[in-house]
Amino acid sequence: MKRFPNQIIRLIIPFVIIIAGLLIAKKFLVPASFGKLGHFRADALGEAMSKPIHYVGQQACADCHDEIVKKKAASYHKGVACEVCHGPGSAHVDSPTENKPPAPRDRGFCPVCHSYNPSRPTGFPQIVTVTHNPGKACISCHNAHDPVPPHAPEQCGACHGDIARTKMASPHVDVPCTVCHETPTEHRMNPRMYVPTIPANREFCGKCHAKDAQSAKEIPRIDMGTHGERYVCWECHYPHLPQVYNGAAK
Amino acid sequence: MKISENLSRREFMTRILDFAKKALIALPFVSGFGAVKAFTGGAFLKTAEAKELVAYDPSQHLYAMGVYIDRCIGCGMCARACKKENNVPQEPFYFRTWVERYQILKEDKTIVDSPNGGIDGFPETTNKADVLRSFFVPKLCNQCKNPPCVQVCPVGATYKTKDGVILIDDKYCIGCRYCIQACPYGARYLNPVTKTADKCTFCYHRVVKGMKPACVEVCPTQARVFGDLKSESSPMVRLERMNKIRVLKPDLNTEPKVYYVDLDGEVS
Amino acid sequence: MESLNERLMSALQQVSGYIYPNEIELHWSLLIVIYPFITGLVAGAFILASLEKVFNVKELTPTYRFALLTALSFLFVAPLPLLAHLGHPLRSYEIFFTPNLSSAMAAFGFVYAWYLMAVLLLEVWFEFRKDLILWAREERGLIKWIHRALALFSTDVSEEAVRFDEKAAKIITVIGIPSAFLLHGYVGFIFGSIKANPWWSSVLIPIVFLASAIVSGIALVLILYTIVTLLRSEKIDMKCLDRLVEFLFYAVIIDFSLEVLDFIHRLYQSEDSIKILSQMVCNKLFVSLVIMQVLLGTVLPAIFLVFFRYSRFPEELRRLAYFISALLIEMGIFCTRWNVVIGGQLFSKSFRGLTVFKVEITGFEGILMSLALLALPFIILFVVLKILPPWRISSLPVDKN
Repeated sequence: MKRFPNQIIRLIIPFVIIIAGLLIAKKFLVPASFGKLGHFRADALGEAMSKPIHYVGQQACADCHDEIVKKKAASYHKGVACEVCHGPGSAHVDSPTENKPPAPRDRGFCPVCHSYNPSRPTGFPQIVTVTHNPGKACISCHNAHDPVPPHAPEQCGACHGDIARTKMASPHVDVPCTVCHETPTEHRMNPRMYVPTIPANREFCGKCHAKDAQSAKEIPRIDMGTHGERYVCWECHYPHLPQVYNGAAK
Repeated sequence: MKISENLSRREFMTRILDFAKKALIALPFVSGFGAVKAFTGGAFLKTAEAKELVAYDPSQHLYAMGVYIDRCIGCGMCARACKKENNVPQEPFYFRTWVERYQILKEDKTIVDSPNGGIDGFPETTNKADVLRSFFVPKLCNQCKNPPCVQVCPVGATYKTKDGVILIDDKYCIGCRYCIQACPYGARYLNPVTKTADKCTFCYHRVVKGMKPACVEVCPTQARVFGDLKSESSPMVRLERMNKIRVLKPDLNTEPKVYYVDLDGEVS
Repeated sequence: MESLNERLMSALQQVSGYIYPNEIELHWSLLIVIYPFITGLVAGAFILASLEKVFNVKELTPTYRFALLTALSFLFVAPLPLLAHLGHPLRSYEIFFTPNLSSAMAAFGFVYAWYLMAVLLLEVWFEFRKDLILWAREERGLIKWIHRALALFSTDVSEEAVRFDEKAAKIITVIGIPSAFLLHGYVGFIFGSIKANPWWSSVLIPIVFLASAIVSGIALVLILYTIVTLLRSEKIDMKCLDRLVEFLFYAVIIDFSLEVLDFIHRLYQSEDSIKILSQMVCNKLFVSLVIMQVLLGTVLPAIFLVFFRYSRFPEELRRLAYFISALLIEMGIFCTRWNVVIGGQLFSKSFRGLTVFKVEITGFEGILMSLALLALPFIILFVVLKILPPWRISSLPVDKN
């Protein structure tokens, strides 16, 4: 065995110093709670839990404003939390008299939800802002805590304008909506609680369009026995625009 | 979590104790005003309240969010409330949650947009006659079961809690942005104020106190649902039971915990 | 100076299609282009050096020590772009002390430390120890003390000790080759392991990075060797240069084949991201990828190299052609890094739109900073060459046992 090379000893010294320095630094620099609950600083969890709350939740509102909350709970807006319109309530809860939450009274706010947008789900109440009583504040007719139409609409087109406009350009223009949709009178005031009917079967259309139907002569006729007998009519014909066949004008 | 038939005595005791803890936490909410005030009083909780939080046991919960696509009206209330609740910078480049509009046109073309995250509404951009179908999709951090962001964080500044929420330690994050690159959903951004990564936390500071996340709180149509998958009475369990659900980018095996009901195949 | 908001606002105007709202800010900019570029140069220069030591390519002896010192100078700078790009540079120590073992990036601390401390510094030390001692013996003043200190005050230049140095250097080189592969392959893995990003996510990326690293390292040593030798008014060893060019050509061919393979594979598999990626390549990356990286940075210099290597032109012309080709290749490799790093962020992860990248001039991530970082290794190399001139041979003999 030859003597141990001097180089190795020379190198070991600085390496040991560096590694020792790093170990000492590690002791000081790694946070004490690191690794207690996993590979992270455990204290961070508590910090995340104790961030300030701004939206206090409906229950906090109900504690003082129980009348309004109760009224709203029975209305179409029962799912709309107070803070949707009035903004985060933490400041108001902290000092109720000093910080009054805003109450949007202008025409700009309600259309955030209720202006017509074709991407919105069908059945959601929407208005065209430019034609719907322009210039009038929404709250002059509607109570936001119990929103219902202020008076019964005269015509179906007041709410179902899109369909009404389509039907205007169709041969069905003179067929009143109620011929096909039996509509309870309550539907006008409580549209979603009382829903109109829709035709149930192909025989319904056949009442006018079958070969032997008792109807005006100029109405187009089909043989109910051979014409698309396995389908219901509106799979191919859109009743509000019946000349449209399978999506394309014939 | 199924209730086992042979409940050992020890387990039994733990559950009893746990129930007691939960009852203790729930108490302030029942008692209402004063307690809520206490939670919101200062910028941070005082020691007494912090101690109360210690009673919270993350391993007893597993949080998830559900989104009913057909209920979303694209009002943007969620994105707006989120920015307020979590001090997200107001500029249109930083979102913890946002709403996308999908318009699928007749000529095999899909238009997606999210102007200012949907906060300012969605102006009409296409001819209605060209649209086959259209809908809104709220997006947020998916709180993945296999989070790629946690996997790539070099220092352990982003982590998964036992209740399934991915959090960021803004005092430890070095701002390397690797997590932002690794997130397939674009859910993360670099907060220009703190210079650290930031994203949705399911409003962790709220949910540990039994409250709903701010976006769920303000959703006017209940398109967003939040709940605890480990609780039998959770609205999330009902959602999972009653609907066909889908998650975003399932092929990446991130296993998201934001479940979409009636999600269109076009959504990416 | 444009504020961040103004920059993002103007980027927002130029977005085409749909990108997630958080994607408007491009998170990895110029500095992260420079980082893999520099580590690539380190790995490449080291692998070149190892050719002489391990594989006994004798023609390359004039560049051996030079390549080692080049690698060392660039390695000192390699972590700086990363550091400068962090949101909190002062917290960077966390990567050493609490590394998250599942993170590719956390390995950086260890890979870097290993490569610097266990490979390059050790090899340079064993390589120069004998000379340091002998130089110190015939010097006076400050430089004598610097050389003595660098030799860690060892004085043993017996034949036995010198033999040990040589053996140690050889062993370290053998360890160093896989380490160099690790260093740059790992940088590739940082990108290749991101499954969310189809432009990056590829098993070939680490290998492509490695091949391009070797290309860039050889080209860099060729450029520096030519310049430094001319500056010293010495004669360039044409045999060495020819051999360098041969290796450079092989490396370019391997690198290019791998990249083409990756490209064809993507095109053939045609996954859901293919539409947006081809849109990006045809528009946003056309100049930097097709023209600068492929045509000017790979095909043209490769043709040049072969043509001039086997032509009978006078030496000066050949040298010039080699030099220009190497410069073009270096530009091409920089574009490779650019296309990977910036390209990977130009398309939305929704695969529905493209964004833009505007380079800042000033600022922490701007061009000026980047130029400074690119110039720094050359300054360090200048100093290192002053202290450890690789060509200086001591007139004193080695001690006899």
